[in-house]
Amino acid sequence: MPEPLLEVTDLCVTFRSRRGAARVVDRLSFDLGEGEVLGVVGESGSGKSVSMMSLLGLIRDPNASVEGSARFRGRELVGMADAELRDLRGRDIAMVFQDPMTSLTPVYTVGWHLTEALRAHRRVPKAVARRRAVELLAEVGIPDPHRRLDDYPHQFSGGMRQRVVIAMGLANNPALLIADEPTTALDVTTQAQVLDLLRRLQREHGSSIVLITHDMAVVSQLADRVLVMYGGRAVEKGTRREVFHAPQHPYTWGLLGSVPRARAARVHRLATIPGSPPASALDAPPGCPFAPRCVHVHETCLQRPPLEGAGGHVDACWLPREDRAGLRRITAEQVAEDEVARVHDAAETVEEGIDR
Amino acid sequence: MRTSTRSGTEVLLRANDVVKHFPVRGGLWHRGPRPVVHAVDGVSLEVRRGETLGVVGESGCGKSTLGRCLTRLTDLTSGTVEFTGRDVSRLSRSALRPLRRDVQLVFQDPYSSLNPRRRVGEVVAEPLEIHTSATAAQNRARVAELFELVGLSAGHLDRFPHEFSGGQRQRVGIARALANNPRLIVADEPVSALDVSIQAQVLNLFADLQDELGLTYVFIAHDLGVVRHVSDRIAVMYLGEVVEVADADPLYDAPGHPYTEALLSAAPEIDDGTGDVAPERIVLTGDVPNPVDKPSGCAFHPRCPYAQDRCRTERPLLTLAAPGRLTACHYPLLTAAGDQAPHAVTAGAT
Repeated sequence: MPEPLLEVTDLCVTFRSRRGAARVVDRLSFDLGEGEVLGVVGESGSGKSVSMMSLLGLIRDPNASVEGSARFRGRELVGMADAELRDLRGRDIAMVFQDPMTSLTPVYTVGWHLTEALRAHRRVPKAVARRRAVELLAEVGIPDPHRRLDDYPHQFSGGMRQRVVIAMGLANNPALLIADEPTTALDVTTQAQVLDLLRRLQREHGSSIVLITHDMAVVSQLADRVLVMYGGRAVEKGTRREVFHAPQHPYTWGLLGSVPRARAARVHRLATIPGSPPASALDAPPGCPFAPRCVHVHETCLQRPPLEGAGGHVDACWLPREDRAGLRRITAEQVAEDEVARVHDAAETVEEGIDR
Repeated sequence: MRTSTRSGTEVLLRANDVVKHFPVRGGLWHRGPRPVVHAVDGVSLEVRRGETLGVVGESGCGKSTLGRCLTRLTDLTSGTVEFTGRDVSRLSRSALRPLRRDVQLVFQDPYSSLNPRRRVGEVVAEPLEIHTSATAAQNRARVAELFELVGLSAGHLDRFPHEFSGGQRQRVGIARALANNPRLIVADEPVSALDVSIQAQVLNLFADLQDELGLTYVFIAHDLGVVRHVSDRIAVMYLGEVVEVADADPLYDAPGHPYTEALLSAAPEIDDGTGDVAPERIVLTGDVPNPVDKPSGCAFHPRCPYAQDRCRTERPLLTLAAPGRLTACHYPLLTAAGDQAPHAVTAGAT
């Protein structure tokens, strides 16, 4: 097997605070092959963005510490000198952020942004950089790129701005593109255009992509492999087919059950997860991070479950593997019954109150 | 499965040709009449008692402004809004007070829709203080009951909004809307700011409350999955106009308007081995035109794959294209019998 492009082992990110150390990424391990798309899913606070930012040395907080190992083409990223990292960022590894307006400087033209991305890493004449910038704009599907080069970001629509940011990321043909919620701020028709663009770029340039998102549908469209995170840890990992067709972890069940479908028969209630995601990593439970919200919680869950499974499809859960399919059904029904009964009783009290 | 018989045919709210234009400043050397944003441009709708009417469209299509017009949070430029048969579109502030009780709103952002300096118990009690003559103690007891109803602990009455998570805050917003036992709730993107699992909890709460209290909802959202999930009927908006109205399942299975078809085909769907495969995507070229300078004829014609000469000059009206289906298109994708017209591209969900 060829060496993976990126190999992350036991990555930990800890923030020191007045109330103690908050471990927001907890022993995260994954690897990414050449030309592969990895989807990282989880809710807010699951550590999906901060883990990827820590790889690039983008966490500048003096109270943060990053431990573990992340090898990119055999070079260790954790603890790499700033100058060396700066050289890598934007050339070999590029990142696209969620909000295209804050990724662009309003006082410079789109062309300036693109030539800057090029000239930061290579000594190229301005004219050459400008020609390449036109090519990049054309490549991401901006009509009339020659003329648009001298426009300012505010003259572009949201979807076009996001395409400009992606074009900046692609300026130096990076081996790895990290896209953090690249379509969340966009309308569906624009989102579809941006997803098509990412798919085409991955195919034509053979770039690897880490796609960070909370949108399960986007991941199921684009990713080869999927990493589900909760409370700073990987709770399930596998190929797209494995994770979406045969999810093993109760959190993944809940995530999939929570999404209303546009192309499936309607259900009256969604099979969601009770409770809310942990508000702070300071109060993380000692064992399984998902235990406080899990319907199947039992004593063993006080201990940390290992990531285990068959082949590449692994999950961190103590439930007996052979019972999982049956338990998945029970989860949904049990939660629904309790909730319906509760609202029914409360509604009766409230309606009596109206008559009073 | 939700029964389709839940909603009757009694009309609770009716909008007739509602128009809302916002004047904007022209350039420094601008001459002639002041340009206007055509936020809502001739919308006619009815909301039936006990149903959920979904309003869907992309950002800038005027769906939020329509919600504000329906609730009289903003004055209409022209047209009328009738609530239980009575025209409320020209009523004065004081004459509107009964309407304010019967029609409530739930907003998108649970962070900015609650006063950060007031305890949540006070926030929910305020509508009671305005509309009832109950004592403070009675109001407090009622607020505690409402908290239980929306799934909050009555012990949290004296907390401030910042002590709650986004999902809990949205529950506070729902409790406030329910305080005076309203008949209609207009919810404007009530779940779009929430995490997926919390979003599902709040959607379930909306469904349970409707079952128990017989509420009528107008549910404004951009998420196509969410809209299908909550709605009995759906109105699709584009550039300030309603382009299609139909029952939820038929609309998704066989869209009648080319814009609906393109919008639905762009929605990504989870492939979990159970659902349908995505239909062929219809790629819309270009961006949504500027609502200051709307295209002539059909507003969708510059991006429509089926546009003909007639579409460039003549604005199509919302007409009955098939049973139970209103479509504003000269060449709808449905035959009069409700089958797909020969030029329709998508198979839809079958």
